[in-house]
Amino acid sequence: MKDATVSIRNLSMRFPGKRAGDEIAVLQNVNADVSRGELVCIVGPSGCGKSTLLNIVAGFLRATSGEVTVEGQPVHYPDPRRIFVFQENGVFPWLNVYENVGFGLRQKTDNERQQIIARYIDMVGLGGFETAYPHELSGGMRQRVEIARALAANPDIIYMDEPFGALDFLTRLKMRTDLVRIWQSEKKTILFVTHDIEEAVQVADRVLIMTARPATIQDVVDVDLPRPRHLDSPGYLEKRDRIFQLMGMSLRVGETAAA
Amino acid sequence: MKIKSVPAELTTDQGSTSTLDSARSRESARIGDPDSLFWRIVRPIGMAALFLTLWGLAVRWSGSDLFPTPGNVARGIVELIQKGLLLKYIVASVFRVSWGFALAVLVGVPLGLVLGWYSRAFQALNPFIQILRPISPIAWIPVAILWFGVSDAAPIFLIFLASVFPITVATIAAVQNMQLVYLRAAQNFGLSTGELFRQVILRACLPQIITGIRIALGVAWLVVVAAEMIAVNSGLGYLIIDARNAGKRYDLVVAGMVMIGLIGLILDLLVRQLEKFDEVRWGYVGRRK
Repeated sequence: MKDATVSIRNLSMRFPGKRAGDEIAVLQNVNADVSRGELVCIVGPSGCGKSTLLNIVAGFLRATSGEVTVEGQPVHYPDPRRIFVFQENGVFPWLNVYENVGFGLRQKTDNERQQIIARYIDMVGLGGFETAYPHELSGGMRQRVEIARALAANPDIIYMDEPFGALDFLTRLKMRTDLVRIWQSEKKTILFVTHDIEEAVQVADRVLIMTARPATIQDVVDVDLPRPRHLDSPGYLEKRDRIFQLMGMSLRVGETAAA
Repeated sequence: MKIKSVPAELTTDQGSTSTLDSARSRESARIGDPDSLFWRIVRPIGMAALFLTLWGLAVRWSGSDLFPTPGNVARGIVELIQKGLLLKYIVASVFRVSWGFALAVLVGVPLGLVLGWYSRAFQALNPFIQILRPISPIAWIPVAILWFGVSDAAPIFLIFLASVFPITVATIAAVQNMQLVYLRAAQNFGLSTGELFRQVILRACLPQIITGIRIALGVAWLVVVAAEMIAVNSGLGYLIIDARNAGKRYDLVVAGMVMIGLIGLILDLLVRQLEKFDEVRWGYVGRRK
């Protein structure tokens, strides 16, 4: 295995309850590594703490115990070298598309900034919408703006918290394809949280499967399939079914899980 | 040349609403349509005409010789214009409101941003603000005279007091209720505290601050009349008191009231224009109107 860039060691998280002793254990002894340039997905049942884990990894939350390191350095605060893409409404509604994408480029010269913004607006397919405001765009276009904003800042790592979760099915399919295309051309490390197993198998190099609360990493599935991945290929279906089974779910609606 | 792939979801709401709007405007050309421009203008004018007629009739039937008819009021306004007093008084009132209100914005917005952001400062100052807030500016009149004497500063101070609280309170609430996601995104991009306030907190709160400013301007204009009843010799508030004291000229009293109402309407229309800027329009999306 390649060198880990993100290391999660013995991470536990408990939220205080209303009274003492009412604590909610969300994460319990989570261990994981993400290698440089890898696209790793975290899947798990809803409410299991996937988002909490990603928020800790990004430095927005402090874990109760354990450690997250990036390139060997412990993470305590968010850092522009690691940009977070939120599920919804992460773009600034008071800035237009152009200004949003340029948000992380305050230090650049005007000329550089212009070029970078144009490049990423083009990459996410929003050419012609530079002066539009987020509320004038569809949900999918807003997520494109946010992805472009993240890429434009040229981070080493991108954290994505169910970035396509609020989108309709067809838009989601298109966004996944575009994400893989962009990831291949930009060579970023991506840690991607989703509740959608199919999404994980379509985009990831590896899928980390979390248990219900208190969550830990239950299994890791390598998705060593060539890209582009076809949704009806035997390899794809096999990985998908494997994860379904590991998560204790039946493939037939109405049937009780065997696992 | 590179061929750009257009995402599937690009075909959205925008196109459909604009066709709907144009359909509506085509329809509104017809007089028969109750939503046409014609009816939208006729309705309020008709209502005003009805009101003025009833007012005139009521004065005549009651036989009052002090309370003016709409005609008396109109002649009163003409008289004020001819004497050059109307413009002078309007300017005096607007001047005082502008100063008091501008000071309130300059103090209230930064104060609200700081108190909304730093919870310890809020703990220390909020009770103080909540105690000062319900004290009517009119109760401050003796204090204003004591501090500022017979000058424009006294009414300006009262207007400031009346309008600073709605602005501060609206700003505090806006910061406290700000979406966490904007804050996290801003932190992620490594903004300094100054940048955070200017580029994110202020901008995220601006729609609600403008709503606070609108309410405050209404209050400021409301208070100018009371403020001008003390110690000054110009302004629409002075006009009303003076007309009453110097010869029971109720036509001029009501003329002053009408001018106050009209200018209040204009001020509100002006502030509403602020809501149309691109930078804040997002904050009003999804309203019924």
